[in-house]
Amino acid sequence: MDKFYHSVRLDPNLCKGCINCIKRCPTEAIRVRNKKALINSKFCIDCGECIRVCPHHAKYAIYDKPEEMRQYEYTVALPPPSLYSQFNNLDDVNIVLNALLLMGFDDVFEVSAAAELVSESTRAYLAEHKDQLPIISTACPSVVRLIRVRFPNLIPHMLPLNPPIEIAAMLAAGKAMKKTGLPREKIGIFFISPCPSKVTYVKAPLGNETSQVNGVLAIKDLYPQLLSRMNAVGTDYPDIATSGKIGISWGRSGGESSGLLSENYLAADGIENVIRVLEDLEDQKFTNLEFIELNACNGGCVGGVLTVENPYIAETKLKRLRRYMPVARTHMSHDAEEVIPWTTGVQYEPVFRLGNNMMESFSRLNQVERLCKKLPGLDCGSCGAPTCKALAEDIVRGDAKETDCVYYLRENLHNLSEEVSTLAEDLAEGDKGGKETLQILKEYIQRISDQMSHLDRHEEEEDSK
Amino acid sequence: MEEAIRLTYEISPDDFTRAGEASSDVKKKLKQMGVGPEAVRKVAIAMYEGEINMVIHAKGGEIRVDITPEKILMVLDDTGPGIPNVEQAMQAGFSTAPDEVRSLGFGAGMGLPNMKKYTDSMEIDTRIGVGTKITMVVNI
Repeated sequence: MDKFYHSVRLDPNLCKGCINCIKRCPTEAIRVRNKKALINSKFCIDCGECIRVCPHHAKYAIYDKPEEMRQYEYTVALPPPSLYSQFNNLDDVNIVLNALLLMGFDDVFEVSAAAELVSESTRAYLAEHKDQLPIISTACPSVVRLIRVRFPNLIPHMLPLNPPIEIAAMLAAGKAMKKTGLPREKIGIFFISPCPSKVTYVKAPLGNETSQVNGVLAIKDLYPQLLSRMNAVGTDYPDIATSGKIGISWGRSGGESSGLLSENYLAADGIENVIRVLEDLEDQKFTNLEFIELNACNGGCVGGVLTVENPYIAETKLKRLRRYMPVARTHMSHDAEEVIPWTTGVQYEPVFRLGNNMMESFSRLNQVERLCKKLPGLDCGSCGAPTCKALAEDIVRGDAKETDCVYYLRENLHNLSEEVSTLAEDLAEGDKGGKETLQILKEYIQRISDQMSHLDRHEEEEDSK
Repeated sequence: MEEAIRLTYEISPDDFTRAGEASSDVKKKLKQMGVGPEAVRKVAIAMYEGEINMVIHAKGGEIRVDITPEKILMVLDDTGPGIPNVEQAMQAGFSTAPDEVRSLGFGAGMGLPNMKKYTDSMEIDTRIGVGTKITMVVNI
């Protein structure tokens, strides 16, 4: 498994080398180099913010196509609650579930049903691990990845339970094998995803060696087909829904927490807010909290970058949809109990370390401090790094040069030309030996011309954008 | 031997919204330096408590941090009212924070005890009406 696998990618043909994405990336993972954005795979957490902000649609997410269903003899769709929030006037999830069957899936297994099992297990876990409080939710893969690279002190607080998507996949696969008698490899389990982060989870899960999900489809890809099939479902359809209020609520921020039936929780959504909460948690600013729910997207999963509906409208639709539902419809069974805990732990990955060892890192940090005083502090992004500080870090890592900063270059030029003019004055007044001064003058002019060529190179880059 | 990295932070009085900025910045740098998670945690907590104390009691002040590969030295310097009874102030739960501060969730009387708990050494030099200087060290 690739530890730093990514579903968020760049299409260099569409990239214009502007600074929109470098400015918005929450982990400062993107640089513009040679007029194209470059994602640092160690820093990236696949939150998808860059996909949202790229005006040229050069950032995209990879996911599977519905045609891949054909590889399997029997297929099961795993619809998440965020999918239900995408449709107008939907008052029964059964319409979506039956439409998925009309699309060609042999069965459906609601992720919200598995979520109810996770809620039940989390309640038990909280009661049994008082010394580990507060417990941090691990349902959002981007949050888990963020903690892995930036908050080592919080790793012991992570909820070591599989996310609903994984539990749904494991239970669905077991159910399908029992029902059909087919071997596992002939059964295809397809998750319908609101975000690239879940794609990353499936290809390279944390907390488990491998995922039981065989393919990940995008909500936005399936949406038109699903809409037309929903009309075809009609009014007479079987009741196959298996989740209640708790499961459905997982689609929005605060939903997972509400399933804990306790008030001592905090729910933060949007990656910048998530980072703020994690920083504060690390400083032990919160006391008396039992659970911390974190979602990288605004509004929770309904705000995923692969959804179609405005996240706040989607949230309202979800609320209406769950109105007459029972609290929960899926309860713990012996089969389920076994698949819920993580099978592997999560290791700290100190990717932001400046050097290979403490001494080198210390010395580089010292250099960064000195460089930051020299750089203009405008954070303009012209050098390709999001901030002057990020440029300083790139320089000490050997990935950039001081002359990448256009202001630094301009300042240099300015100083040089002042010295030249002083020299010229000296020469005019005849204070010094004429020949010697002329020689110095020539050297200065050469240096100015060298610096100009640097600037020209910058301008050429600008022009060609 | 390279010189220590010196960081200086002005702590503004009565501004709770900015309390924690200094500790956040130091934390980020320590992680970049590859300092172990445990030491980072100790510095973060001790410094954050110190910052809050300076905002609540001392009308702000200055924090100087010296980082070397061996230790982190934090000097919290203020010109506040001073601490009349240090022994009492060091007791868990003892607080002189005004009600409006407590209503914000601060002033639980754990500031100084936590600073002591999370550092390898702590010295308090306080003079009534002159100010307080707290020197804390966390070994790496």
